Amino acid sequence: MSRDVVITGVGAVTPLGVGARTLIERWSAGESGISDGVARCSDFDPTDFLSRREARRADRFTQMALVAADEALAQAGWSEAPPYDGDDVGCVIGTGIGGISTIEDQHTVMLERGPGAMSPLCVPQMMPNAAAGAVAMRHGLRGECYGTVSACAAGAQAVGAGMRMVERGDVAACIVGGAEAGVTPLSMAAFAGMGATSEEGISRPFDRRRDGFVIGEGAGVIVLESAERAAEREAPILGRLTGYGATADAFHLTAPDPEGAGAARAMAAAMRDAGIEPGAVDYVNAHGTSTPLNDRSETEAIKRVFGDRATSVPVSSLKSSIGHLLGAAGAVEVVATVGALGDGVVPPTLNLEQPDEGLDLDYVPGESRPMERNGHPPIAISNSFGFGGHNVVLCMEAEES
Amino acid sequence: MPETKGATKEQIEERVIEALVEFGEERDGLKGSSKFADLDVDSLDLVELAQIIEDEYGIEVQDTDLDKIETIDDVTALVSQRLA
Repeated sequence: MSRDVVITGVGAVTPLGVGARTLIERWSAGESGISDGVARCSDFDPTDFLSRREARRADRFTQMALVAADEALAQAGWSEAPPYDGDDVGCVIGTGIGGISTIEDQHTVMLERGPGAMSPLCVPQMMPNAAAGAVAMRHGLRGECYGTVSACAAGAQAVGAGMRMVERGDVAACIVGGAEAGVTPLSMAAFAGMGATSEEGISRPFDRRRDGFVIGEGAGVIVLESAERAAEREAPILGRLTGYGATADAFHLTAPDPEGAGAARAMAAAMRDAGIEPGAVDYVNAHGTSTPLNDRSETEAIKRVFGDRATSVPVSSLKSSIGHLLGAAGAVEVVATVGALGDGVVPPTLNLEQPDEGLDLDYVPGESRPMERNGHPPIAISNSFGFGGHNVVLCMEAEES
Repeated sequence: MPETKGATKEQIEERVIEALVEFGEERDGLKGSSKFADLDVDSLDLVELAQIIEDEYGIEVQDTDLDKIETIDDVTALVSQRLA
């Protein structure tokens, strides 16, 4: 029997600041975390939250995951005593790259001082599963634990993987999320080298002038629990995670299928999993990277799935405000979407001033607006797509008493 | 090879304590007889400590040396012996 899954805690470290509320409030207010063409978490100091030992043993992506996890678990009521035996809690945290600043630093050490000078912390810091392992260790989570690796869909895929773990009854709760700290010389040069990032340094999804994404860093962590177990312990419910759909394009290493067939199948699968029709969706949290190819193919995919209703459902992109957090993006977008559903607000797509031909959906340009009420708790889907052809879609519902 | 430097036992001990503080230990209470097993010092720290010593004093520290080290005094003795 499949168990219902609820969200009882969220945490975020983003270019808009530390904290999930900061993220949703500032995005809804139309504020931007992008400066000089990059989206850094410039006010994030790991030693504000972690001991010196914890901080120095973790790459920046892990540090941000640890801080986001602390926030999410505190909100879920974990601070005083964990509500479940550690054996009954899983942890899945995705990343696109892993500890790339560690790799860059240690590569320099090796070239300059030889292989004998490598830090023993190099491997535990750079491995892409480090964030999952560190969060599990910090909170004594001893159920299934791993990292997901599917480029910019990794964060969303971690949420989906944790959802299945709870649905199956493997664990009572699963701590899921994504983390990325790829605002580094190698990573930025590599994405620029393939023409993925914006030369202008502006994130303007769906605008005619869009020329690539703005690279960002951060982490998002979500506490998923079995609805039954959460109710038993009278946990505060922030929202419901009702559907997960994942497909592959099998089309091109980096380019999305221009017709958006794979993305459309993932959206349809997530809605089917949630037991809803496209007509029930009140908001689409878009992948919306600001690359010429993604925004067009995603628009096509939404049209395929939503048909006549495609132009009336609001669609907006968080990446217009905080850039592209790569493997953290999907998880941070879940945090933001849960916040939007709870607030009853549709946050905006910033910098969208000149609509592109054929991109004619309601992208909520410039300003947020109240979410329309359709006689049921508001429902949203969140799209995440990754190089490699990964398509992941999550379906969420507001919790209303 | 880095140049071998002369160093007193006090200087070596101070350098070891400095490294442990860098790893996250509290300076208060650290003394020659402090045992790593009683501190929050694990095998990763010891490997890093060995690297620091090698760089600083131009000596070689083997894994088998690390196996015998239990206290700050043991580290100081090892370095003094190699420098002698």
